[in-house]
Amino acid sequence: MTIDLKTVKHISKLARISLEEKKAEKLATDMNSIFEFIEKLNELNTDNVEPLTSIAETTLRFRDDKIKSENIREKILKNSPEKNDDFFVVPKVVE
Amino acid sequence: MSEITSLTLFELIKNIKEKKISSNEAAKSFVDRAERSKKLNTYVTENFENCLKHSKEFDNRPNFDLKLPGIPIAVKDLFCTTDVRTTAGSNILNNFIPTYESTVTQNIWNEGGILLGKLNCDEFAMGSSNETSFFGNVQNPIAENIVPGGSSGGSSAALAANLTPITIGTDTGGSIRQPASFTGTVGLKPTYGSCSRYGIVAFASSLDQAGPMSKDVKDCSILLEVISSFDKKDSTSIDFKRNNYSKDLTNNIKGLKIGIPKEYRIDGMPDEIEKLWQKGIEYAKECGAEIIDISLPHTSYALPTYYIVAPAEASSNLARYDGVKYGFRSSGENLIDMYEKTRSEGFGEEVKRRIMIGTYVLSSGYYDAYYLKAQKVRQLIKKDFDEAYNKVDAILTPSTPSSAFKIGEKSSDPVSMYLNDIFTVPVNLAGLPGISIPAGTDKNNYPLGLQIIGKPFDEQTVLNIAYSMEEKINYKNNISDWWIK
Repeated sequence: MTIDLKTVKHISKLARISLEEKKAEKLATDMNSIFEFIEKLNELNTDNVEPLTSIAETTLRFRDDKIKSENIREKILKNSPEKNDDFFVVPKVVE
Repeated sequence: MSEITSLTLFELIKNIKEKKISSNEAAKSFVDRAERSKKLNTYVTENFENCLKHSKEFDNRPNFDLKLPGIPIAVKDLFCTTDVRTTAGSNILNNFIPTYESTVTQNIWNEGGILLGKLNCDEFAMGSSNETSFFGNVQNPIAENIVPGGSSGGSSAALAANLTPITIGTDTGGSIRQPASFTGTVGLKPTYGSCSRYGIVAFASSLDQAGPMSKDVKDCSILLEVISSFDKKDSTSIDFKRNNYSKDLTNNIKGLKIGIPKEYRIDGMPDEIEKLWQKGIEYAKECGAEIIDISLPHTSYALPTYYIVAPAEASSNLARYDGVKYGFRSSGENLIDMYEKTRSEGFGEEVKRRIMIGTYVLSSGYYDAYYLKAQKVRQLIKKDFDEAYNKVDAILTPSTPSSAFKIGEKSSDPVSMYLNDIFTVPVNLAGLPGISIPAGTDKNNYPLGLQIIGKPFDEQTVLNIAYSMEEKINYKNNISDWWIK
């Protein structure tokens, strides 16, 4: 299987990473060599194997259903690249 | 003063408790040595002034009942530290100052540790040589222009160079054990669920574990005791009875059964690694252990499995870096354009490569063929270990297939870089504890490590075997201070 340039560009759209043409070509080469290496898994028959999703075989714990009000607005906004009063600012999305 | 920095953690604690050395004297020694060791590029962010101040405060009101009384400690820059910049080695977090503390570092401060600063690492812990860091290469103190391993390369280098008495790293596929092996130090990856992941910058959540890195096994047990804890803030933290690892440490391993997996004898493995392994087997026998040949038949599938599971989880975890709430932001014509440029400029090449692989294997039409397949093979790999542990108490392997290599030697070929983790990755996939201890040197006199893998939650046996073998191996680091100004 080979990953072509068109696929690489499609994936970069999905991943929200802009890619220059030259970098896309290099990435296609790298990804192909990595996937060549990954294809080894197809040697194995895994039809009756349960997938292992987590090593920690625990069911998720529930927390107490209590309202916890901490005033952490400033903490949350502290690292924002751009803010306006109590809001994060992003480029305009509605005309 | 230089003698303080070469003490083990155990010796330093003893001296502080006996009031032969003050916390402030210790802090001054480490800060002074760090100031003259800039060439190694171990620090991303220094916390020296605060460290000196806090050490004085400790000396004014000392508490010698603590496990790390006034001990200065530098940590990998993947742990969030309140009010101290945390970058994960990435441009995208270059200006990030956390407003909360990771549980593991909080445990250290609660026991009297004092933050010296944040140590360099591969970007988002993705790398085996510390070359993917936005903040540049780290020099291995064993020789100039040699990598310190990765991703916890700043941690291993700082430890081997006596810039910190002990440190912590994180290990997703070998990121504690491989750099420990490359620098002649000790590194332990605990059982998945032992140390809280809360406040650690996430890479691959089902594999990530924090762990101690130290100059010897005893120190390793002291720090594990401090950082291992059940934590409600981490949904995969496991509530089990933890040992007093340092108190329970013993070199008596008579009658323990140690397995030697034949599949770890890989094609093209250098002679010196094979010899080291044989020497390790002899040492284990001398310590009174019984050696048993075992088979872990799916070993060769571990790396391909890892390179599906880890990037898949990484691509999801790293989706949060969008330039909106924190971190680096680039300007764009619209929201989507801003996202795409921020992520393109903020992430380095290796991180982007892994996000792309992860996005691809999770994308519509490929999920079953790759991600689901990998999860099934992961089950087979775990079952190999389950079966082996019916026969043995622990497993002995080399830590890495080679010694430390030159900076730039492997950075152009991702697959050859990935092969570094061939002996460490299966341990993460199965969630087991594993330690690397220095066991010898190669023809260049560079350190080589042996790995001991244990049963789940059986860190004590792993430490005991390491402790016992360490005595027999009697490894001495021969590091000249070539970088000191």
